[in-house]
Parts: sequence; C-alpha cells; structure tokens
Amino acid sequence: MKPFQTVVSKAAPLDLPNVDTDQIIPKQFLKRVERTGFGQYLFFDWRFKDDGQENPDFVLNKPEYKGAKILLARDNFGCGSSREHAPWALLDYGFQVIIAPSFADIFYNNCFQNGILPIKLPPDQVDTLFQLVQERPDTEFVVDLEKQTITGGGITISFEIDKERKEKLLKGLDDIAWTLQFEDAIKEYENTHTIY
Amino acid sequence: MGKTLFDKVWEHHLVNYPGSENSDKKLLYIDLHLIHEVTSPQAFEGLRLAGRKVRRPDLTVATMDHNVPTKDRDKPVRDPISAKQMEVLKKNCEEFGITLYDLNSYDQGIVHVIGPEQGFTQPGKTIVCGDSHTSTHGAFGALAFGIGTSEVEHVLATQCLVQKKPKTMRVNFIGKLPKGVYAKDMILALIGKIGTAGATGYVMEYAGEAIENLSMEGRMTICNMSIEAGARAGMVAPDEKTYAYLKDKPHAPKGEAWDKALAWWKTLKTDKDAVFDKEVTIDCSTLAPQVTWGTSPGMVRGVDETIPSPDDAPDEVTKIGYKKALEYMDLKPGMKITEIPIDKVFIGSCTNSRIEDLREAAAMVKGRRKADTVKAVLVVPGSHRVKEQAEKEGLDKIFLEAGFEWREPGCSMCLAMNDDVLSPGERCASTSNRNFEGRQGKGGRTFLVSPAMATLAAIHGHFVDIREELS
Repeated sequence: MKPFQTVVSKAAPLDLPNVDTDQIIPKQFLKRVERTGFGQYLFFDWRFKDDGQENPDFVLNKPEYKGAKILLARDNFGCGSSREHAPWALLDYGFQVIIAPSFADIFYNNCFQNGILPIKLPPDQVDTLFQLVQERPDTEFVVDLEKQTITGGGITISFEIDKERKEKLLKGLDDIAWTLQFEDAIKEYENTHTIY
Repeated sequence: MGKTLFDKVWEHHLVNYPGSENSDKKLLYIDLHLIHEVTSPQAFEGLRLAGRKVRRPDLTVATMDHNVPTKDRDKPVRDPISAKQMEVLKKNCEEFGITLYDLNSYDQGIVHVIGPEQGFTQPGKTIVCGDSHTSTHGAFGALAFGIGTSEVEHVLATQCLVQKKPKTMRVNFIGKLPKGVYAKDMILALIGKIGTAGATGYVMEYAGEAIENLSMEGRMTICNMSIEAGARAGMVAPDEKTYAYLKDKPHAPKGEAWDKALAWWKTLKTDKDAVFDKEVTIDCSTLAPQVTWGTSPGMVRGVDETIPSPDDAPDEVTKIGYKKALEYMDLKPGMKITEIPIDKVFIGSCTNSRIEDLREAAAMVKGRRKADTVKAVLVVPGSHRVKEQAEKEGLDKIFLEAGFEWREPGCSMCLAMNDDVLSPGERCASTSNRNFEGRQGKGGRTFLVSPAMATLAAIHGHFVDIREELS
C-alpha cells in the first residue's frame, strides 16, 4: 500500500444518500481475479447509457468535475455488499479521498486497507462543501491528513480520524505484518481455547 | 455490571498481545472462516506474493455459490469468466489445503446455508466471511460478520482480525406475530423504522417473545438482514431450539465434546443487569406484511399501504433519494401496493432459501398455478441438502405443477451474477435482501417480501394482502 500524501484537487459532488457498493461496482465486474483494472467499471450503470455512450448527466462525466481526486458524498456511502472491489474501483479511477456525513462500516474499513481516506464530517459542513463545489466546480481543495484539515474556497475544515488509522495511512502499513509479530500471543490463545 | 451476549463472545476471543489491555485496538481470534469464489482470489494472491501460508486451513471452509449456474450443471459453465473464478478457487484450496465444496459436491450450497446445516456454525463462535450477509450465523449466538478481501487475507494469514469494540443495541420484538406475518416482515419493519444506517457501528441482539417463538430458520432470516440496517452483526441468544437444531449435524461436537460445548453455550445469554448502548422496541402484534417499494431496503411499507410521495420524506436529502427511487421503480405516489404488477418471482437467497421457506411457499401454492402474466418463478434452494429434503417432501412437484421452476442451489437472482437476471423494467417479487438499482439485472425492479407473499404475488400477478387470503 502506498503512503497517503496530501491531496490537492477539485471535488466531485455525488448528491445522493445510501449509495451502495452495487452501484459503485456492479456485479458483472466482480469476476476478475486481480485487484487492479476496476476503475473503468466504476459507477458503470450510471456513467454509461445502454448503448455504451457516456451519460452526460452523470456528475463524473461533467467536464468540470473530470480528474477530481476527492468525492463528495451523502449519508451511508458504501452500504450493502462487502465487496472490496468498490474501493479498488474508486482508487483505480482516481479517487483518494471520500467525504460524507457517514459511511457503511465494511466499506469504511475497506478504504483504509487500500490507502483511501474516508472523511466523516457533520452534515452541515458537508452541505457547505456541496454548495461550494456546485457553485464553483473548479475550487481546489488541499486535504492534509497530517494536519487533519480540508482547505479550499476560502474555508478550512478540520476532521477527526482514529490515530492508528491515520498512522497506517500515512505510512502505508499493512495490518498482517502488525498482527504476525504477536505469534506467541496467538499460539497462547490457541493452546488455551477449545474450538468445538 | 452484567454482560451482554455480545460481550461474552467478544471477550472470549480476545488475544492478549503485549499492550492489548491499554489499547482499544483488539486482536480477535476467528473460529470459522468461510470463503467463496468472488471475494477470495485477490486474498490468496496476496498471500502468495508475501510468501505467507494459511494459518488454520482446518478452520477454513470454502464453497462456490455467488456465480454458479442453477441449471444444466452437467454441462460446462457457460460464462468463461465465472468458470475461471471457480477454477481459481479450486486451485487455491488445493494449494493451501482448504476443504472445498465445489459445484458438484453434495455439500455445496450458499455459504450461509451450509455453515449452519452442517453444524460448522455454533453458539459462541466468531465467524467471518468475505460477504456482508455473514451476519446470518448470529442466529445461533455466534458473533458473525462480513469482511473485505484484505481482511480475508488477514484471517487466512493470522486467524485473527484487528477490531475495535462495536457498540451494542438490543431490539425487542414484543408480542406475537399475526398469521401471515413472518420473520422477513419483522426485519424489514425494523429497517424501515431505524433506517439503513440506523445500526451502523452496532452489534444488534434480537430478543423478545417473537424472537423466542421463531424457528432457527426465521432467526437466520432476521440476522441475515442486520447488515441492511447498517449493523456489524446481529445475534440471538442460543436456546433449546438452537441446541436441537445442531444436535447430530455432521460438524457439530459429539459425545463428551457436545456436553462440554453445551455447558458453555448455556452461559451465552445477556445478563439481566447488562446495559445496551441503545434499545429499540417493535410491537409484532400489529405488524403488517411488508413490501419494499424503492431502491433501498429502508423504503418499505405495509402491504395495505400506498406508495409514498417525496413530500413524505423527513429531510431534503431523503427526498432526493425518494424521487430517484420512484423514477427508477416507475411508481406514482398514492398508488396502492397491491396494484403493483409483477413480472417475475424469485424465491431463494441466503435470506429465504431454507426448508421452512420452501414449505411456506409450497403450502401457499399447492393446487394453484402462477398467473399467466407472470413470466417466470424461480425457486432456488439454498443447498443440496435443502433441495433433497424438499424433494423428499414432494415440494418440487408442487412447484413444478404450479408452473414454477425448480433449480440447483446458489445465490442466483439475489445478485444475478449468473444467468438468472431480470430484463430492464421487469418487476420482481423477491425473497432476497437487497432492492438496489440493478441488483437483479440492469434496469430490474426488486420488491423484497417474505416467501409466502412472493408466492401469492406469483399466483395473482400482483401483491395481495396475505392476511385476507388466510382469513
């Protein structure tokens, strides 16, 4: 996993609550056995029309939001299926930061496993960002994980994040290596517990 | 202070690594890891790249369910990409020494159906799988939850998971269920009440008279859809029904081990003085059969109600969601739910494909036929064992005589990764768990209901209030 570095980018506003992982990456694209190459299928059913042409009404297809590395979203983003293909697709497409009032649990965890920063903000601050981004799509934001701030359009917003998760993202650390150092403790557990 | 059922299972599984007592980062030992073809290939690849082994292949069980065909099993799988995914799982299981119930195994089935029916699922176990409906196994008093592929890799390598302690919520289902109202209606009503993010960050314990009265199958239906309320997991305290269900199952403990296990299982109840972070109560005695009308499981109403208007939404953001859902579902506010025409019916999925579900459906349709306007009714048993039992009882004949199709076990049209898909615009009464846009096929429109309600819709070509039918 690559260490998370400060992101400087405009933001794309996806103004819908309860965006589920079936929308983020529809099931017909879950059959790959690799972790890569999912970006082309991101939001497939919304991005493309039946004839395969881009749907010009979908926010990610609007020229003013192309190239955004920050996705602005609404409540319960990433709900539904546990598929990690969802963060793989978002990352592969270019998103490194997702801002929403709330995230579904499994999706939230999956983001950290892949170097994506999911930022939870109070709904009124998310509203402010939506308004800003919709009125001035070219607004550039700086997302600084070290300082825990989002700066852009003349405002700075601070965000909360778990200390250990922040550390992990900044260093690009892998959980497995961390756990494996406790081999003795795991063995001790196994020696003292019966699994029926 | 007393402990909850969750606390007891959680504490039993904490690995005491140096410094763990002062950290909220906990290492949780996993007793059972279930894997399937869709969310595991990248995890095995990760192991290989890092030169790691599977720590406990003996605690790992694999099956194929998500994209398996449900007919013509004697022929090669038509979709080459699905076939490759199954082949990769087979190779991975061989390489790492994991038991696999493949496409043609007698023990194959939906992962959340075979775990319990073979006795792998037991009270007090920690159970994970790269599938959000792993919460199903909580019906036995296990702590069971879905994980992503990176976590699948983590469990394969370490048999542990790094976790923070979730909050606890108790849902009290008080009163007796009226006739024609089922476990599916209870969980849909709960999701309608607290919302699809209502339990995010929580493990829910389901309690109360209506839960105690439910069969194990019914409890599994409820726990299965915990994730649709955002919960990490759902649990039901084990009782005599749980023990009776598990006794003599192939992988349940036997002899002295059974006695020891049973003694432990009996301690797995929430103490009287335990305190939950949140409590919710639902009165089952007044519950109506539930039907979802939108594209999120929280968009649900009683069958005797009408389609809501965006103006009924509690806030602006929800209003946008309602508008988009009504447009996608092609429904008008004020329309009666019983007037919604149905094109297809799906009876199956890890929510409702067990023997009891098939019995309910068969009892409803016996001696009757599907409406001519209904193009297809798929009945997909959850496992070979369920299929065999149903055939022993003659349920397959009842379905076939009614014009229903009787298929081979798999996830099928719940997520439509195989050939079982809706065409654009089709409306489906489905016993599955998600009504997301395109879930059952691009442009397909899903209405979540109980197996009995789905069967009635198949017979009439539209939704019917089952209570009127039964009275």
